[in-house]
Amino acid sequence: MSALIELDGVRKTYRSGSLEVEALRGIDVRIDEGEYVAVIGPSGSGKSTLMNLLGCLDLPTEGRYVLAGEDTSSLDEAALAAIRNRRIGFVFQQFHLLPSMTAWRNVELPLVYAGLPRPERRERAIAALARVGLGDRVDHRPGELSGGQQQRVAVARALVTEPALLLADEPTGNLDSGSTRDVLELLDELHGSGRTIVLITHEPDVAARARRNLVIDDGVITVDRLTGAGASA
Amino acid sequence: MSWWETVRSGLAAIRAHRLRSALTVLGIVIGISSVILTVGLGQGAQQEVEDRIDALGSHLLIVSPGSSTDSSGVRGGFGSASTLTRADAVALTDRAAVPDAVGVAPVTTGSVSLVNGSTNWTTSLVGTTTDWLDVRSRELAAGRFFTATEAAQGAAVAVLGADTASELFGRQSPVGQQVTVNGTRVTVVGVLSSSGASSSGSTEDDQAVVPVGTASRLTGSTSDTVSTIYVEAASADRLSAAYQEVQTLLATRHGVTTADADFSIATQDSLVETANETNRTFTVLLGGVAAISLLVGGIGVMNIMLVSVTERVREIGLRKALGAAPSVIRRQFLVEASLLGLTGGLVGVVVGIAGAQVLPRLIDQAVAVSALATLAALATALALGVGFGVYPAGRAARLTPIDALRSE
Repeated sequence: MSALIELDGVRKTYRSGSLEVEALRGIDVRIDEGEYVAVIGPSGSGKSTLMNLLGCLDLPTEGRYVLAGEDTSSLDEAALAAIRNRRIGFVFQQFHLLPSMTAWRNVELPLVYAGLPRPERRERAIAALARVGLGDRVDHRPGELSGGQQQRVAVARALVTEPALLLADEPTGNLDSGSTRDVLELLDELHGSGRTIVLITHEPDVAARARRNLVIDDGVITVDRLTGAGASA
Repeated sequence: MSWWETVRSGLAAIRAHRLRSALTVLGIVIGISSVILTVGLGQGAQQEVEDRIDALGSHLLIVSPGSSTDSSGVRGGFGSASTLTRADAVALTDRAAVPDAVGVAPVTTGSVSLVNGSTNWTTSLVGTTTDWLDVRSRELAAGRFFTATEAAQGAAVAVLGADTASELFGRQSPVGQQVTVNGTRVTVVGVLSSSGASSSGSTEDDQAVVPVGTASRLTGSTSDTVSTIYVEAASADRLSAAYQEVQTLLATRHGVTTADADFSIATQDSLVETANETNRTFTVLLGGVAAISLLVGGIGVMNIMLVSVTERVREIGLRKALGAAPSVIRRQFLVEASLLGLTGGLVGVVVGIAGAQVLPRLIDQAVAVSALATLAALATALALGVGFGVYPAGRAARLTPIDALRSE
């Protein structure tokens, strides 16, 4: 398998006034295509910072981040936006759907920024919704959907660009157990079809669904182990 | 993201906050429509003045009594003195001295009551000579003008303005009828056509024209002075020659130099110029007020766009996370602000044009909507949207996606 993600001596320091906070203190990690990785850690451990860096939402203070063969460390905002658009699909804890837009309109949004023509966007958005089992909810607004359904719309939006990396930040944090199961099954399925998934969570049973766990504490990776299906494979 | 997509998403955002957008647009609407109306009022007034002055007759010189200086050195304004006499007017008819003039009409004015049986009508009494009809470019609707003989004799004949005739005689023909003026019976020999030049009820159609001698008899005046002498030049080309001749002749007759003349001569052009200057001042003044209201409208747009950026921080963060470059976000907010401005401009133009139809009926003042001013107002509205949208759009573009996504 070729490497999708390579982090090389990555540090991130936040400065607030005269106070310097080292959120990440030297991360070296390689994630291959097709892996299903969970990043686990208590709050304040630096896992959100790691998620932001992996998602190209922020740049490391030091070190190198290569995503799909492209060094992102020195890119400007517009180039980062293009990479996010092409390579990364985000799923957030708070879903982050636009309430005034119907499901398919929310899903087509990344394709709008990719500059695709409208008929193709609609076709692909509807296909992505069907993929997550919401083919009959295409014209519903987020307010008319349950939490689990909303998160599935968000997954559809993350998938619609066929990204190399699916990045999920506490995707089940706002869901009841039933919906959590639904969403995790969906992620399993996506992994089964070859998708690379990085999941950030603090829930051990969610992390257990992944094939590899990275435990992060105080800005460094303390444990890197294979789990479940991954360990037995 | 294409421009069309951007416009569509801007429209969606505006629709999502209908009331707020409507109130913002209202500021621009008021500004734009008041600009159109004030400029229209100014131009309407200008047009009306030009029409009125045109109606005076073609290539006309208007001689008015000059500013008088009394013994204490106090100078009165033009028209305050009584330095022009009937004899001056007679002298001006001398073709040898004034070869470029074709008609001379002295005018005395007064106010009289005309009585026909039980009908009583107060109007202005114009005393003049037979040249008046041609010099003032007037026409007769019925009957005839008074003759030179009648003028010389001071005969008791009158020619009535169209409105005066209908007030006194209704649908009856007044020609040959008699009216009583201060106890004297006067025969109506003719009726003037309506001058039609001015939209507002003008004195042009409400007057009684009589020989100048008759006028002094009817008003009991013993003075020999006239209020104005109209001199018609043979053609527009000879207007300035006529001007020189009239000036020289009157100066000689009055024993003054042209520098301290006790009379003044105006041409139509100079009258138009003076009137337009006054109108222009008003237009600039009102236009300035309207421009300020536009500015306030523009600040309203900026205010709303800033609120909108603050309120939609999460949306902006999400759009950025999904791949919107800062320039795309900036463009989206700029387009939104421009749409607000443009909508305000379009509605403002409609309201302004509608106002231009309604206003003349309310205030008896013509409003001329100029295409140029309308286009300029639209362009201004759009520019206001863009101009006042730049800052909020820049703020939106600079938001970092993580901070934006995290905000509650």
